[in-house]
Amino acid sequence: MQQKTWRSHVLLAYSLAVLAFLYLPLVILALYSFNDSRINAVWTGFTFKWYEQLFHNRRVLEALTNTLIVGAISTVVSTSLGTIAAIALHRYKYKMQNAINGLLYLPILIPEIVMGLSLLVLFSQFKVPLGKGSLIIAHITFCLSFVVITVGARLDGMRADFEQAASDLYATPFQCFRYVTLPLIMPGIVAGALIAFTLSIDDFVISFFVAGPNSTTLPLYIYAMVKRGISPEINALSTLMIGAEILLVLLAECLQPSHKAKEED
Amino acid sequence: MNKNGKLLIAPSLAWLSIFFVIPMLIVVAVSFASRTTYGQVVFNWTLDNYIRFVEPLYISIFIQTLVVALITTVITILMGYPLAYMIAQLPKKWQQPGLILCMIPFWINFLIRSYAWVIILRTQGVLNTLLLKAGIIDMPIQMLYNEGAVMLGMVYALLPFMILPIYVSIEQLDRRLLEAASDLGAGPFTAFRKITLPLTMPGVAAGTILVFISSLGMFVVPDVMGGAKSALVGNLIQNQFLSARDWPFGASLSIVLAVLSLVLIILYYKAIQAQKGGERDAAKDVA
Repeated sequence: MQQKTWRSHVLLAYSLAVLAFLYLPLVILALYSFNDSRINAVWTGFTFKWYEQLFHNRRVLEALTNTLIVGAISTVVSTSLGTIAAIALHRYKYKMQNAINGLLYLPILIPEIVMGLSLLVLFSQFKVPLGKGSLIIAHITFCLSFVVITVGARLDGMRADFEQAASDLYATPFQCFRYVTLPLIMPGIVAGALIAFTLSIDDFVISFFVAGPNSTTLPLYIYAMVKRGISPEINALSTLMIGAEILLVLLAECLQPSHKAKEED
Repeated sequence: MNKNGKLLIAPSLAWLSIFFVIPMLIVVAVSFASRTTYGQVVFNWTLDNYIRFVEPLYISIFIQTLVVALITTVITILMGYPLAYMIAQLPKKWQQPGLILCMIPFWINFLIRSYAWVIILRTQGVLNTLLLKAGIIDMPIQMLYNEGAVMLGMVYALLPFMILPIYVSIEQLDRRLLEAASDLGAGPFTAFRKITLPLTMPGVAAGTILVFISSLGMFVVPDVMGGAKSALVGNLIQNQFLSARDWPFGASLSIVLAVLSLVLIILYYKAIQAQKGGERDAAKDVA
């Protein structure tokens, strides 16, 4: 550690300014969801009415339902597929290891817009109607890689001797998996599922291309509202989404192996 | 069991082949097709969609996109490096919370984060209202829907992408090197310039790749905060698919975007490998 000099004070002040830059807009966004005035930025009084209006708006509730359905199904499917893949990758050496890794990581590296439109082109070529189904397929596709990485990290941090001990004690491969491996990697699986769910309910770009008229999700609804003009209801809805996402990310963070490892140091 | 166990990877690979690889191949095919006046795609293997890139309008959009991506990258380095450095200097138990604080905005989508700036910058927005009240201006200023607003929005959106990789590389830095430098009489600034900065360059490179690629394909920020003149390649692609209905041209644009991104990633990967090799050689020389 360096000694406390004027340099470290400047660094601290600069870092706090950057953090303020990251958070101030979000705080202002949230603050104005409680402002009584519809159009002006002048503070005219505290109110919950924009939130009340949201819960009476049929289209918002519909979008919420769609978001949760798509999020839940794509989380379950991508977490199952991804966990199985991560276990296989951890256990076996494959001849085409590089190609397999490439295929698993590419969906993260390719620009989102390209992935969105390629799925749109696929669905239109094979006459798949755009709706909740196409949305779920797209969400599973972009969540899958994140689950493989998260569960893989947990598996890599796991000690191999427990599994060894179980098989030495005549556990069948299934018993070994069910009673040893699975409980050990459970936090990784839950973290992967939370990340998948967060990505799904938050996604705008890919959904923008593959959603149909009856499968509007919350981010798509917010976009439509933003395009029509400013209203405090957008602030209220955005604030709720930000709150939900912070909660999910913190939950996932508590389950990550890096966090645990640091505590044990 | 072993033979069957290996097949566990199959469902995921099958899924990604059908819903990732095949769609990309179809996009490649569409990029060599043309369209009817009604927007129908006709496969007739032509290069027209790629030849159209040289039209002055598109060239200027390409240049604009590259310039915005470059400036965004430089500004995010200047803002992100000191913050990442400070977090890495914090006591161990404060590092994780500090890092989470930087990562939370990463999980909130670009749409909501751009909209937050609309609230602040629009003519009846927070900033104009404050300035009017303070008597600094007597007419609201148009701060949105120009190139400056797009730059601001891009930096805001992509800053978290820069902070994480830089933090990781600073955190992994061997502190003994800094102690050695200090023992040998180097001041903190010299030590930073000669040791910390060069050794954390891989983190800066990783952040650069992430930010640069993400800004090349960005369409949400210019769409929400920019005007008609500040369109980037992302908006051009969006328009071809949703309003102009010229899928073949949109497909060729996105192929170029995807190839450019992949080339950058491969170059980065090669550079990292080369550096690792170099370090190993250096270690051998010392031994």
